[in-house]
Amino acid sequence: MIGIVNKDPSIYARRKRANFIGLVLSMSAMAVGLIFLLWILAILMVKGFSALSFAMLTQSTPAPGSEGGGLANAIVGSLMIVVSCALLSTPIGVLAGVYLSEYGDRSKMASITRFVNDIMLSAPSIVIGLFVYALVVVPSKHFSGWAGTIALSLIAIPVVVRTTENMLKLVPVSLREAAFALGAPKWKVSTSVVLKAAQSGVMTGLLLALARVSGETAPLLFTALNNQFFSADMNKPMANLPVVIFQFAMSPYENWVSLAWGGALLITLTVLTLNIIARVVFREKVAA
Amino acid sequence: MNDVDNLMTPHRQSVLRWQRWQDYLFEKTTMAFALSTLLALTGIIVSLFISSWPVLTTFGFEFFYTVEWDIINSKFGGLIAIFGTVATATIAILIALPLSFGIAVFLTETCPMPLRRPLGTAIELLAAVPSIIYGMFGLFVFAPLFAEYVQPALASTLGQIPGIGILFTGAFNGIGILAAGLILAMMILPFIASVMRDVFEIVPPILKESAYGIGCTTWEVVTKIVLPYTKTGVVGGVMLGLGRALGETMAVTFVIGNAHKLSPSLFSPGNSIASTLANEFGEAEPGLHYASLFSLGLALFLITLVVLSLAKWMLIRAEAKKGMKT
Amino acid sequence: MLKIKTLLAALGLAAVAATSMAAELTGAGATFPFPIYAKWAEAYKAKTGHSMNYQSIGSSGGIKQIKAKTVDFGATDAPMSAADLDKEGLVQFPAIIGGVVPVVNIEGIKPGQLKLSGELLADVFAGVIPKWNDKRIADLNPGVSLPDAAITVVHRADGSGTTAVFTDYLAKVNANWKSTVGAGAAVKWPAASSVGGKGNEGVAANVSRIKNSVGYVEYAYAKKNNMSHMNLRNQAGQFVAPDDETFAAASASTDWSKIPGMSIYLTNAPGAKSWPITGASFILMFKEPTNKANAAEVMKFFDFAFKDGKKMATDLEYVPMPDATTDFIRKSVWNKVNVK
Repeated sequence: MIGIVNKDPSIYARRKRANFIGLVLSMSAMAVGLIFLLWILAILMVKGFSALSFAMLTQSTPAPGSEGGGLANAIVGSLMIVVSCALLSTPIGVLAGVYLSEYGDRSKMASITRFVNDIMLSAPSIVIGLFVYALVVVPSKHFSGWAGTIALSLIAIPVVVRTTENMLKLVPVSLREAAFALGAPKWKVSTSVVLKAAQSGVMTGLLLALARVSGETAPLLFTALNNQFFSADMNKPMANLPVVIFQFAMSPYENWVSLAWGGALLITLTVLTLNIIARVVFREKVAA
Repeated sequence: MNDVDNLMTPHRQSVLRWQRWQDYLFEKTTMAFALSTLLALTGIIVSLFISSWPVLTTFGFEFFYTVEWDIINSKFGGLIAIFGTVATATIAILIALPLSFGIAVFLTETCPMPLRRPLGTAIELLAAVPSIIYGMFGLFVFAPLFAEYVQPALASTLGQIPGIGILFTGAFNGIGILAAGLILAMMILPFIASVMRDVFEIVPPILKESAYGIGCTTWEVVTKIVLPYTKTGVVGGVMLGLGRALGETMAVTFVIGNAHKLSPSLFSPGNSIASTLANEFGEAEPGLHYASLFSLGLALFLITLVVLSLAKWMLIRAEAKKGMKT
Repeated sequence: MLKIKTLLAALGLAAVAATSMAAELTGAGATFPFPIYAKWAEAYKAKTGHSMNYQSIGSSGGIKQIKAKTVDFGATDAPMSAADLDKEGLVQFPAIIGGVVPVVNIEGIKPGQLKLSGELLADVFAGVIPKWNDKRIADLNPGVSLPDAAITVVHRADGSGTTAVFTDYLAKVNANWKSTVGAGAAVKWPAASSVGGKGNEGVAANVSRIKNSVGYVEYAYAKKNNMSHMNLRNQAGQFVAPDDETFAAASASTDWSKIPGMSIYLTNAPGAKSWPITGASFILMFKEPTNKANAAEVMKFFDFAFKDGKKMATDLEYVPMPDATTDFIRKSVWNKVNVK
C-alpha cells in the first residue's frame, strides 16, 4: 500500500520549493521585525542614555536657548497624573469587572457593555482628549492636572474592566459555591472570596493599564497642557513627560532634543518594566 | 421536623433582610460602574455631535468630501484630513499584514522551542512601546535615511512605471504620507503579529497533525489548514490593528508634514485627522474652525467605531468556534 | 459627573488654601517672543519668587486662551484691531520688537550670503519659482552657486502671528501674492512641496532637517540654531541684514501713542537701514480680569521686563520697547486694567 504512493518528482519538488520559500519569507519577516525592534531600542538607549544625568532628574525644564535643565517637573507631573488615574480607575474598573463577571453573565446589557468596553479600549485617544476638554476644561475655565487624570482614566478603565472580568472568571465556581454554602451574601462572596482569589490577576490588569496610559500623549495635549516650572498643583496646568517630549523633540535646540530622548527612554523603561512585572506576577499566580 | 422552622429566628431574619439590601446596593453600584463605559461612549458621540453641529448646518455632509481648509475665510472641508488618515492606515496595513503573518507563522511553526517564548514576549513588549517613541524614531532616524536612499530609489524604479509612477513623484524630504504610513506599519506590526499568533495557537493540534500525517509541507499546513480555520480571527486582528492605525496621533504627527494639501504623490506632505487636531486644536476659537475640528474628530470616532465593531464581531465568532463563551 | 465636579471644587478650595505666597501667572500665545519671555520669567522668578508660566502655542492659541479666560494674559504677534479689542473688553500693548527672517538650508550657503528682494521672496513661497537655480534668483546673487534642486517651502502648521507678519509683508510687496493668498495667521500655502511645522521651533527644526528648504522664523531662532538667513532688499532699495539695529531702525518712526489699540504692523518700513519684516509682539489682558491679583502681578512682571530686561532682549537680538513707549503704556494702557 505504501509502495503505491506515486511520488511525482516535479510536483513534489514544486511543493518543497514553495515550502522553502514560504518559510524563508516568514523567517525574514521575523528578522525584519526584530531588526526594527532592536534598532529602535538601540537608538533610544544610545541617545537617551547620554541625556540621563542627575541633573535631568532634579532640575526643571529649561527655557528655550538656556543651557542644561532637566525633566524634574515633567517626571513629577506625570507621576502625579498617573497615580491619580490609578486611584480613580481602580475602584471603577474593578467594580465594573466584578459586575460583568458575577452578575452579568447572562444579561443582554452585560454583553453590550462588554462590546462597548472593548471598543473603548482601542478608541482614538485624541478624541478622548477632545471630549474631556469640552467637558472639564471649558466649564472650569482652566487646564489642570485633574482634566488630564480624567482623560487618562477614560483610557485605563476599559483595560482594568476587561482584565478584571477575565481574571474573576478564572476563579473556580466551586469556591463561590463553598462561600454561598456557608451563608455569605453575594457581595461578600464577590469581594472577600472571588476578588481576593483573583487579586494578583487584577493587579496585573492594573499594571498593564498604567503602562498603557503612561505613554499616552494625545489626551494630555488639551487637558493638562504643560508647565515650564515645577508645580505640584493638580488644579493648574501640569508638566508631563509625553507632552514635554513632543514639544522638545520638534524643536531645534540641542539640549531640548537631548532631554526629549532622555524622557523617551524613561517612559519606555517604565512601560516595559510595568509590563514585565505584570507578566511575572501573573505567571506566579498561575503556577501557584 | 420543626427544626427547619426554628432555624429562622427573628434575629436571623433581620440579618437576612439586611444582607439582601446590601446585595441589592452592591449589585446596583457595580452595575452603575459597568455602565460608565457605555455612558462615556454615548457622551463622547453626543458631545462631538453637539460641538460639530455648526459645521453640519453650514456645510452639510458635503464637508466630508470637500478639499478645502481656509482658516481665514472660514471655509473648511474634511477630505484632506480623512484622506491622510485613510491613506496612512492603508499603507500601514498593506505592509504590516504580510510581515505579521510571517512572524506569526514563524512563532507557531518553525521557531525552535526554547526561543518561542522569549521571541513571543519580545514581540508583545514591542507592542507596548509608546507611540511617541516611534514618532521620534521616524523623525530623527528614519526620515533622513528615507530621503537619502529610499525615496530616490523608489522614484527611479516604481516612479518610472506609467500609472502608478505618479505616486512616487515630488521632492525627497523624507516626510509625508508614505513615511507616515511606514512608521505606522512598524507600530502596528507587533500588535497584529501577537493577535495572529494567539489565533494560530487556537487551531486544534489534531487538525495540523492529520495534515502532516498525509505528507503536507509546513507551508501547506499553514495556508490550507491553519489560515482557513482562523480566518475570522485573523481578519478581526487585522481590523483591530487598522483601528489602532486610524486613531494614531503621535507616530503620524511627527512625520506626516502637516500640510493641508491633497496630492496624488505619496511623497508629498499631508495631514491626518489626528495630526490636524493635535496641531490646530489649541488655537481654534469657537466658530467654524473649532466646529470643523470637532467634525473631524467625530468622523474619526465613527470610522474607528465601525472598524472596531466589525473586528470585535469577527473575534467573537472566532472564539465561539473555539467553544468559548463570550 | 457630579462627583467629579464636587471633587474639583473641593480640591480647588484646598489648592487655594494651600497656595503659598508666590504667585503663579500663566500666559500663552506667540512663539515669536517665547525665547525672551522665558528669559524674563527666569530672571523674574530669581528676583521675586513669582513664576510666570508661558506656553508658546502660537498667536491664535494665545488669543483663544485669553478669550476663554484660561490664562492671565495672551500673547500675539498679529495685533487685534481697536474695534475687536473694545468688543472683547481687552487691552493690548506691545512688549517686544523682533524681526522675522527667511532661512534656507542649502549646502554651501552661509548666513547672509543669499540675497532676495521681497517680490522674489513672495514668488518663492508661492511656488512660482520652483528651483533654486532659477534665473531670477541667480541674477541677484552673482557668484553664488545654487543647486538644481526643487525648493521645499516650510511654513507654520499652527495659527501664527509670525505668519501674519510675514504674509503681511509679502502682500505689501507682491501684488500676485496679495490677490491669490493674502495675509493672515494661517493662509493657504500654494507651493506644491510645502511642509508645516508647529511653532517657530517646528519651522526651524524642519528647515534644518530638510535639504534645499526655505522657511521663515523669528531671528532669535535662526541665530540660536546657526541657520542661514537671507538678506533682503528693503523699501529704500538697500540690501540689509537682520539684527537688532535694523529692527530698531524699522520701528524708529512709529509713534505708538497715536495708534488706536497700539495695533500696527511694522513691515516694509521706510528707512535705508530698516529690516523689512520687523514686527512687534503684543500682550492681551482683560479690562476686568477674573483674577485681579494675578493681573496686577502680570503688569509688575512686564514693568520689570521693560526696566531690567533690556540687555536680555538685545542679547537675543530683540529690540526692547523704547522708554517713551513704555511710559505711555504704563500711563494710558495699564490704568485701564481694573485691579482694585
